[in-house]
Amino acid sequence: MTVKLGIPSKGRLMEKTFDWFGKHGVTLRRTGSEREYSGAVADIENVELVLLSAGEIPRELAAGRIHLGVTGTDLVRERLALWDAQVSELIPMGFGHADLVLAVPACWVDVDTLDDLDAVAAQFRDRHGFRLRIATKYHRLIRDFLRQNGVADYQLVDSQGATEGTVKNGTAEAIADITSTGETLRANHLRLLSDGLVLRSQATLFSTRSETLNEEDRATLRAFVARLDPAGNG
Amino acid sequence: MISRSDIRAEARRLTGFFQAAGALPVEADILQPADTLLDLYGEDIRARAYVTHDPLRGELMLRPDFTVPVVLHHMQNGKDEARYTYMGEVFRQQAFDPSRPSEYVQTGYELFSSGELAAADAEVFALFQEVLSPLGLRAATGDIGILMAAVRGLATSEARKRALQRHIWRPRRFRALLDRYGGKKPTPVARKALLQAVAEGKNVLADSAPHIGLRDVEEIEARIRVLVQDAAEPPISPGEAEMLDEILNLRETAPMVLERLRDLSVDLAALAPAVEQFARRLDALALQGVDADSLEFEGSYGRTTMEYYDGFVFGFYAADRPDLPAVATGGRYDALTGMLRRKDNTGSFAAVGGVIRPELVLELKRALA
Repeated sequence: MTVKLGIPSKGRLMEKTFDWFGKHGVTLRRTGSEREYSGAVADIENVELVLLSAGEIPRELAAGRIHLGVTGTDLVRERLALWDAQVSELIPMGFGHADLVLAVPACWVDVDTLDDLDAVAAQFRDRHGFRLRIATKYHRLIRDFLRQNGVADYQLVDSQGATEGTVKNGTAEAIADITSTGETLRANHLRLLSDGLVLRSQATLFSTRSETLNEEDRATLRAFVARLDPAGNG
Repeated sequence: MISRSDIRAEARRLTGFFQAAGALPVEADILQPADTLLDLYGEDIRARAYVTHDPLRGELMLRPDFTVPVVLHHMQNGKDEARYTYMGEVFRQQAFDPSRPSEYVQTGYELFSSGELAAADAEVFALFQEVLSPLGLRAATGDIGILMAAVRGLATSEARKRALQRHIWRPRRFRALLDRYGGKKPTPVARKALLQAVAEGKNVLADSAPHIGLRDVEEIEARIRVLVQDAAEPPISPGEAEMLDEILNLRETAPMVLERLRDLSVDLAALAPAVEQFARRLDALALQGVDADSLEFEGSYGRTTMEYYDGFVFGFYAADRPDLPAVATGGRYDALTGMLRRKDNTGSFAAVGGVIRPELVLELKRALA
């Protein structure tokens, strides 16, 4: 058997992951053509590189089909119930920073906190006869956050992209999405709630907690992680 | 190991008991329309129930409980007073505790009655106590109606009372609101700045970003007026806040609680009707042969179980098995019927009932044998 390392197959996240491993003395490279999703880990025996969608890495780690994986903390917490029983967070990698935030129309001058959002949700439901809609793709994280904070009378509507546009398009009253600079929010006339930070996310190296490796592979995994994080302070 | 057929046999025995007490057996679809449940329970139900999709019927839910279908059945039935019993699987997602089942059998009894509320409460509790009596369970009781009456009686604005009422079932937000209304927490900075600007006669909406979304300018202005009024409202007195805390922290036998509540209603007259309702219930329980003098009462009981319990609430627990969930729970939910009839605006009707988990009854019976 081999230890399988899953990394994002596309874009800047993939490039930065390659760079990060390079800086830590491990050369990852793609094999085959530019369009083929396959890769290799140089310098280390018995570690295989798997390229896959960042969104699928949490599920594959939980199932033990890959043993190490690079993805955002937001995706792990959103997609896995009891995530810390299924995967271990090994090393925060210092890139791919993004905040999951709640935002409302900037013209809502009366709304700045979750307390306001909750009051407005009650007002909105009375007036319009349905619950205030929050557009997001992070259903679990947002629902848990709003429940913990006692916000009622809202509903989540699914939005898999261009979420910032939903308010102007009339399909939602507020949004919850990932932002790094807040530029897109501002451009769409939205504003963060002052206590609406749900999660700070960054690219992170995770390992599986499922017991699919034999003793020899576990030793390989430990040696590999020790090389990436010699101080063991990840 | 308890087999499925054993569980179903036990459920039939329980529904047989309820039928002998006058209940009509009622069935409910396993696939329930999701919109009714979502409108009633909000987004939280999505985390608890299985939501599925039908190409023609849209979103459906695997029956998370029988309450709503039985109430709807009763509304169609058209009678004033009726008793129902049912049995069948309910389905709940378990995101936090892998030891809890996602599918289990429930048996229930629901009573809709326009008669004396105390008598109906007592009838339901006494039936549950009787059918569960061989198990030696601990009974817990509470009364959300007392808490609601205490909030109604506060010397503060209607808007504040409404906000507190709305969050009785969310203890954390209830506490945050109470602290703010009591002046224990400072006004948030942005709110202060907004109120200041309004006080200076500025048009706070004129300088803001372009208007987007369904919530219109008039709604924003209406809320600003509410905020201005609220800022002028004197804080809820420490005495009243303490009284609410005292009610929430009550944990005594029912007669002791009654005595204490009668003392409190001397200062808070609005509490009196709910306290007298509580007293009538204790009398009605005694008439049903329940030992009301030793009944345990908890001021906060039922606050986090179901949003629409708004009166008497109860549960039965195996005292030496803290790992098990409640064997039975129930209570009064008049408010839920009102929500279901909101669309045709026909008001609420009196409803009280409860559910038993036959599998737990069997498990405890076998441990005793």
